[in-house]
Amino acid sequence: MVTSITSFGRSGLYDWMIQRVTAVVLLAFTVFMMGYMLFNPNLDYQQWSELFECTSMRIFTLLALLSMASHAWIGMWSISTDYIKPTGIRFLFQAFCGLLTFIYVVWGIQILWGV
Amino acid sequence: MLVSVYRYNPEIDDAPYMQDIHIDIPGGKDIMVLDLLQLLKDKDPTLGYRRSCREGVCGSDGMNMNGLNGLACITPLSDVVENDKLVLRPLPGLPVIRDLVVDMTQFYTQYEKIKPFLLNDTPPPAIERLQSPEERAEIDGLYECILCACCSTACPSFWWNPDKFIGPSGLLQAYRFLADSRDTATEQRLAELDDPFSVFRCHSIMNCVAVCPKGLNPTKAIGKIRNMLLAQAT
Repeated sequence: MVTSITSFGRSGLYDWMIQRVTAVVLLAFTVFMMGYMLFNPNLDYQQWSELFECTSMRIFTLLALLSMASHAWIGMWSISTDYIKPTGIRFLFQAFCGLLTFIYVVWGIQILWGV
Repeated sequence: MLVSVYRYNPEIDDAPYMQDIHIDIPGGKDIMVLDLLQLLKDKDPTLGYRRSCREGVCGSDGMNMNGLNGLACITPLSDVVENDKLVLRPLPGLPVIRDLVVDMTQFYTQYEKIKPFLLNDTPPPAIERLQSPEERAEIDGLYECILCACCSTACPSFWWNPDKFIGPSGLLQAYRFLADSRDTATEQRLAELDDPFSVFRCHSIMNCVAVCPKGLNPTKAIGKIRNMLLAQAT
């Protein structure tokens, strides 16, 4: 048993599960957005903002945003523990990734509810 | 043909180097890489490599031949030689003791972690613990592992975290005991494996399957461990 305190959850199984579930959410969101843009070739601002004013779309987008945040954290954490061996530098890299993810989430929410 | 061998003797050399040797195969026969090594050793007795059974059972002569890990004794030249050239290197990722001989401590430490023996807390029967043929069949494709380390040293996850990731060989053995009907420590074994490194560093790239000289499938065993962990979780 390897003790880990910076991973997303404490258990490998939990991280693995979150990674898979969020991947499905992101896939669904990507397919939806691509389909939406494909079926609305002459998309204008009006239509675009109407789409995101809809509560269900906001829920879906926020879900995708949070999924991306946790998916990215687990992925970047894995990469950092693979390739960055000095603890100090790895911690700084992870802190940077964490901060960036947090900024993206807050910024994303601001955009989403600012429509 | 041209053979390029990794040479390093820490007592003499400052750094490892590749030694190019031209050699004629007697009779132009398709000999095994181990036989070729013997020919090289006849020319230069300082060349170091491990070997024992010379028939793919002991797992001593695992090495990297033209970029692929395998057992020198059961790999014919025709399988690996390209353009009349063969590059021989020690198994990747492990510290080199000398020439083609690597220090396997990290590999064995991981093997030790999975408790590679039957754990059973029930009173032993008078003769032996019996298995049905079906129960016995569950460990086929698992017990045959000879611990040659070809798979683990072909795995990037093991290269980066040899102290934390059990590696394909150890995990194949872990599943061998999880799948054994005579073992009663399943829960304890699974609990030991449920961290972000031991099992879950496997990203299923299947290098282990590609190189296993015994044709075993560690990736499949790792998938089964993952399923067992999932099944016992809530």
